[in-house]
Amino acid sequence: MSILHTVNKTPAQRDALRSCLAHVLPGSAVLLLEDGVYAGIEGTEGAGWLARCHSDVALFALEGDLRARAVRPERLLRRVKPVGYRDFVELAAAHDAVQAWL
Amino acid sequence: MSGAGYRAGREVVRKRLLYVNRRPPHGSIYALEALEVMLVGAAFDQCVSVLFLDDGVFALLRGQAPDALGMKNFAKGYRALPDFGVERICVSAESLRDRGLSPDDLLLDVEALSTGEVARLMEEQDAILTF
Repeated sequence: MSILHTVNKTPAQRDALRSCLAHVLPGSAVLLLEDGVYAGIEGTEGAGWLARCHSDVALFALEGDLRARAVRPERLLRRVKPVGYRDFVELAAAHDAVQAWL
Repeated sequence: MSGAGYRAGREVVRKRLLYVNRRPPHGSIYALEALEVMLVGAAFDQCVSVLFLDDGVFALLRGQAPDALGMKNFAKGYRALPDFGVERICVSAESLRDRGLSPDDLLLDVEALSTGEVARLMEEQDAILTF
């Protein structure tokens, strides 16, 4: 069983990312979207949590939301990979379930 | 921008107003609504200061393109704040630092204030409106 976890709030708004990362298992993935993409900025507390999560957890951020918010991909933690909407659909299909941490 | 101010009897009352922006710009309507309210407050010849605090500092990031999401790109509206007579445009230096940002990343010139300076700015006001 693998899960695609999505997080759409900043660490300052909600504890969603912290709780998500506490419950994500190896083989699953985390996609940052909407205001969640800010958490991927290198050097922040949220990026520190992301950096410490298991190396077999794939991390993604949605490109449209990055662009809207002027978060350039080179600002992101290296292991957070920007992906488009098509990739989002493929990730959702490739995992057994989607867990949206609202 | 010049205006008559609010007249109470014969006296012109100029209140010291602080608008505090604490939310990131595109996940909700708050940042856009706050911008519109700030411009109105300044146009009425009040003594207006604006502060970007916590996630609110993200609203000032240079290069935002929410058009891609079909949303209004209102960030350039912040550049109009000085023209509308807003006297001080401030950001929390600590909020910027916590988010991996610096004043160079922002789309307009701002005063970067320490936490103590932010506290004093709040204390100087007649009214504070937080969004």
